[in-house]
Amino acid sequence: MEILIALLIGVLFSVATYLLLTKSLLRIVLGTVLLSHGAHLLILTMGGLGQGAAPLLGQEAGSYTDPLPQALILTAIVISFGMTALLLVLTYRTYKAHQTDDLDQLRGRLDE
Amino acid sequence: MLLSLLHIAIIAPFLFALVIPFFYKKIPSIHTGWFVLILPTVIFIYLLTFIPTISRGETVTQLLPWVPSLGINFDIHLDGLALLFSLLISGIGVLVILYSIYYLDKNKESLHNFYFYLMMFMGAMLGVVLSGNLMVLYVFWELTSLSSALLIGYWYDREKSRYGSLKSMLVTVSGGFSMLAGFSLLYVITGTFTITEIIAQVDTVAASGLFIPTMILVLLGAFTKSAQFPFHIWLPDAMEAPTPVSAYLHSATMVKAGIYLVARLSPVFSGSSEWFWIVSGFGLFTLLWGSFNAVRQTDLKSILAYSTISQLGMIMSMLGLGSAAAFYGYEAGYTAATVAAVFHLINHSTFKGSLFMVAGIVDHETGTRDIRKLGGLMTFMPITFTISIIGAFSMAGIYPFNGFLSKEMFLESMVEATHITSLNMASLGFIFPLVAWIASVFTFIYSMILVFKTFTGNYQPEKLDKKPHEAPIGMLIPPIILVGLVVIFGFFPNILAHSIIEPAVQSIYPYGLTGVEHFDVHISPWHGFTPALFMTVSIVAVGVLMYLTLTKWQKIYTFLRLHQKDPVNYIYDGIVKRVVPVAKRVTKVPETGLLRDYLAYMYIFLIVAVVFTLYHFGGFAIETANVAEIPIYVWVIVAVIAAAALLIPFLKNRVTAIIATSFVGFLVALLFVMFRAPDLALTQLLVETVTTALFLLCFYHLPELRNEKSKPTFKWTNVIISIGVGVLVTTMALSSLALKSKKGFESIANYFLENAHDFAGGDNVVNVILVDFRGMDTMFEILVLGIAALGIVALIKLKLNGKEDINEK
Amino acid sequence: MKNNVSLHTMTRIAVFIILSFAIYLLLAGHNNPGGGFIGALMTASAVVLLYISFDLKTIKNVLEFYFPYFIGTGLIIAIGTGISSMIFGYPFLTQFFTHAHLPILGDVELTTALVFDIGVYIVVVGVTLLIITTIAEDDV
Repeated sequence: MEILIALLIGVLFSVATYLLLTKSLLRIVLGTVLLSHGAHLLILTMGGLGQGAAPLLGQEAGSYTDPLPQALILTAIVISFGMTALLLVLTYRTYKAHQTDDLDQLRGRLDE
Repeated sequence: MLLSLLHIAIIAPFLFALVIPFFYKKIPSIHTGWFVLILPTVIFIYLLTFIPTISRGETVTQLLPWVPSLGINFDIHLDGLALLFSLLISGIGVLVILYSIYYLDKNKESLHNFYFYLMMFMGAMLGVVLSGNLMVLYVFWELTSLSSALLIGYWYDREKSRYGSLKSMLVTVSGGFSMLAGFSLLYVITGTFTITEIIAQVDTVAASGLFIPTMILVLLGAFTKSAQFPFHIWLPDAMEAPTPVSAYLHSATMVKAGIYLVARLSPVFSGSSEWFWIVSGFGLFTLLWGSFNAVRQTDLKSILAYSTISQLGMIMSMLGLGSAAAFYGYEAGYTAATVAAVFHLINHSTFKGSLFMVAGIVDHETGTRDIRKLGGLMTFMPITFTISIIGAFSMAGIYPFNGFLSKEMFLESMVEATHITSLNMASLGFIFPLVAWIASVFTFIYSMILVFKTFTGNYQPEKLDKKPHEAPIGMLIPPIILVGLVVIFGFFPNILAHSIIEPAVQSIYPYGLTGVEHFDVHISPWHGFTPALFMTVSIVAVGVLMYLTLTKWQKIYTFLRLHQKDPVNYIYDGIVKRVVPVAKRVTKVPETGLLRDYLAYMYIFLIVAVVFTLYHFGGFAIETANVAEIPIYVWVIVAVIAAAALLIPFLKNRVTAIIATSFVGFLVALLFVMFRAPDLALTQLLVETVTTALFLLCFYHLPELRNEKSKPTFKWTNVIISIGVGVLVTTMALSSLALKSKKGFESIANYFLENAHDFAGGDNVVNVILVDFRGMDTMFEILVLGIAALGIVALIKLKLNGKEDINEK
Repeated sequence: MKNNVSLHTMTRIAVFIILSFAIYLLLAGHNNPGGGFIGALMTASAVVLLYISFDLKTIKNVLEFYFPYFIGTGLIIAIGTGISSMIFGYPFLTQFFTHAHLPILGDVELTTALVFDIGVYIVVVGVTLLIITTIAEDDV
C-alpha cells in the first residue's frame, strides 16, 4: 500500500514541479495546490497507512492509526488554503495591473 | 544573566530610535530633538558616576552570555579607556543634539530619519567601546559604519551625498571585514574572543606564525575607520553630511574608533617592531599629508576634514611610539607619548567640535562655506568669531589653550623618540621630530586660514545669499561650552589627569611597565627651555611668515597636481568604475529575473544534495517483505488521481484546469477516509469546496491559459527537473519507510494515544493534539491565517492608481 | 441573478441544517471527528451557499458583520486561554478539564481546550468569509 501511495506522491510532485516551472501564473497557483496534496499524502504515508482504527478513543479498538501526522496535516491543509487564496488574489491583481500573466514579461531587470 | 544598567545604556538608544518617528509624527509642534536630548543626557550623567571607581584603577565587568558555545558573549568591560570614550560619545552627543535642534528646521527636514540614525549610531558606538568581546565589538563596529553612511547620505537627493555615503561605506566596511578576519585569526590562536583573555595570552599570540597577518588585518580595520592614509579619502566626502553629524561622527567619536581599537589591542601586538613601524609610520605620514592638504582647501568643512585626518594621524603615531617605548623599557618616552595621545584625543574633540559648529553657523547664516566668498564677518558675528579664534588657536597649539599643552607633549615625545636605541631608531629617529615640525607648521597655517579668511578681510556681500547676522543663542551654547572646556583644560589640565587620563593610560597597558604599579600624570604648561618649546616658537614664527606669503607659494599645489582632488581618489574612482560593471555582469548570469530560473536552481540543488547524501550513506532501500494486498478500489482511486494530475499541464482551458485540480483534491479526501483519518477527510472536503468557490469567484478576473511558446530546451529541462523531483520524493519516501521497519522505530504517537484521555479529557486524539498538546502550533497557525486574510484585503482594497507598476513610469 | 424561488427555499432550509451541524462539529470535536477548523469551514460554506443563491448585497444587509473583528476576537480568545493558565502558574497554553453535573444536561465535560477551539473557530470563520467577500466585491 505504502509503495503505491509513494508512487502517487511522486506523480503529484512531478506534475506540481512542472506547473511551478511554467511561465503562466495560474498554472503556478495550481501547481502549489497539487504540491500541498502531495506533501500531505507524504506525511500521512510516513506515519504508516491503514493499521488500526481511526484515532478516536471512544471506539475502544485494539490499535489506532498514528494521530500525529493527521494533526500536522490538518494544520497544513488550513494553511495551504490561506496560501492558495493569497496566491490566487496576487495572480489576478498582477494580471490586472500589468495586463499579462507571463512571467517572462514580468521579470524584474537588474538595471531598474 | 540579567541585563545590567550598562547593557541598557547600550540598548536604550536603539530602542529609543524606534519611538522617534512617533514623536515626529504625533508632536510636530515641538522639535523632535528636544525629546532625543533626554537620553544622552541621562547616559552621560550615569557614566559620570563611574569616575570615582575607575580612577581608583578598578574596572567594571558585566557578563551576559549570548552564544557561549562559540565564545561570543555580550560582556561589558568598563575601564579607563572605555569610560573616556563613552563620556565623549554621550557628552558630545548631548551638545550636538542641542546644536542640531537649531541647525535643522523642523518643518523642512525629515527629522525622524536624522535622529533615528543618530541614536542608532550612539548605541552602536557605545557598544564598540564598552564591549569586552571582539565579536560583539565587530557587530557594533559595522553598525557605526552603517549609520555613518546613512547620515552622510541624509540629503539623499544630492549627488555628492550619495557619492560620499557610498565611498565611506565601501572603505569602512571593507576595512571592517578584514578586521573580522583578524579577529577570527586571534580566535584561532587564542581560542577566545574575550579581550582580557586574549591580552593574558600575549606570549601565545607573539609566538604564533599568524602574528603578522593578524596584526595587519586588524590594523586595516582601524586605519579605514580612523581615516589613515591612504584610506582617508572617505572623510572629506563625508562632509556632505549635516554639520552636527560632521562634528559628532566625523571628528569627535566615530573616526576615533580606530584609535580606540589600536589602543585597546596595543598590549596584544605592541611587542613587535612591525606594529611600531606600521602604526607610527602611517600615523606620521597621515599627519603630514592631512595638514599639507588642508592648506589648499577652500571649503571650511574640507579644511576641517583634512585637519581631522592629520590630527588622527598624530594620535596614531603617538600610540605607536608609546607602545614601542613601553616594550623596550624606555619609560619616559612611553609615558610622554601615551599620555599625550590620550590628552590630545580629549582636546581634539573639544576644539574640533567647536570649530565644526562654527563652520555650521557660518554656513547657516551666510549660505556658503567657501572661504573665497567669505570675509569680514567679525562685525556681524562677534561671538562666533570669539569661539572660532579660541578653537583655532588651540588647534594651532598656542598658549594658553589645551591644544598648546598636548601639542607640546607631542613634540616632546617626538624628540624623546630619537633616544630609543633599538628598532633602527638610531638612524631613522630624526624623522619623527622633523615630520612633526613640518606638519605643525601647516597646522598653524590652516588654523589661521580658518579664522582670518572667514572673519577678517573684505566683506563681500554680493557673493553671499543671505545677509549675515549672529546665530541664535541655542546654536551658540554648544560651541561655547566646548571652547569653555578648551580654556579650562588649558589652565587646569590636572582636573583630567587623575580622573580620566591616568586610568585610560593604565588600561592601554594593563600590565604596565615592569615594576610600576601606578604612575602619576602631571601636566604643566612650563617645562623650562626644552627642545619642544623652541620647536613651538619656531613653528609660530615660520607659520606666521608662511601665512602672510600664502599666495606666493600656494602654486606648489598646482605644480604637484594636488589642486583638484586628492590623488588617492583617482585610484578609488578607477576601482569603482571598473569593478561595478564587472559585478553587474557577474550578477546577471545567475540573476535572470525569471522566477522559473531561481526555482530551477533550487530544485537542481535539492536533487543533487539529497541524491549525494543518500548515496554517500547508502540510504537507498525498498521494503518489499510484508506487502499487504491492495484492495481494487484503492488501485482505481490512485490511478484516477494520477491520471487527473497528469492531465492538468496539458489543459488549455482554465475552467477545465481548475476543475481537474479540485477533482484531485476531492479524491485525496477520499483517500483520507480510507486511511482512517476522518478529521482530515472532513477538513479536506470543506477546504476543497471553499477553494473551488474561490477559484470560480476569481474566474472572471483570471487570465486565459496560453499556449506557452517556449524553446524545446526550456520545456524539456522543465520536464527532466520535474521527473527528477518526483523520483526523488518517491525514493526518499520508500527509503525512509524501509529504514523505519528495519530499525523498528517506536512512534511517538503512542504517548498521545495513551495520555489523550487522562491528561486532556478528550477522545479525538487528533483534536486533542491540535488544541492541547500542540496548542502553540495551532495558535500560530490561526495567526498566519489572519495575516494572509489581511494581506488579501490589502491586495484588493489598496489601489495605488497604477503607481505599483514599474513599467508605467 | 434571477429570483429563483425554489433555490431560495432550499437554501434557507439547507443553511440551517448546515449551521447546526457546524455547531455540533465544533462542540463534539474533542471526542469525535470535528473541532474548530472543521466547524468553521462548515459555517463558512453555509454562508458561501447563501452568497451564491442570493446576491451579495442582500446577505450583507442580513449579516452585518465586519470580519476583521472576528479575526482579532478569535485570536484574543485563543491567546487569552493560554495566558490565563500562566496566571495560575502553569506554562503557556496548559489546558484543564473537569466534569460537572448541570441541570437538564446531566454529566457534562468542561474543558478550557473548548474555549481555545472556539477561538480557532472564530478566526477561521472570519478569515474565510473575509477572503470570499472581499474577492466577490472586487468587481471593478
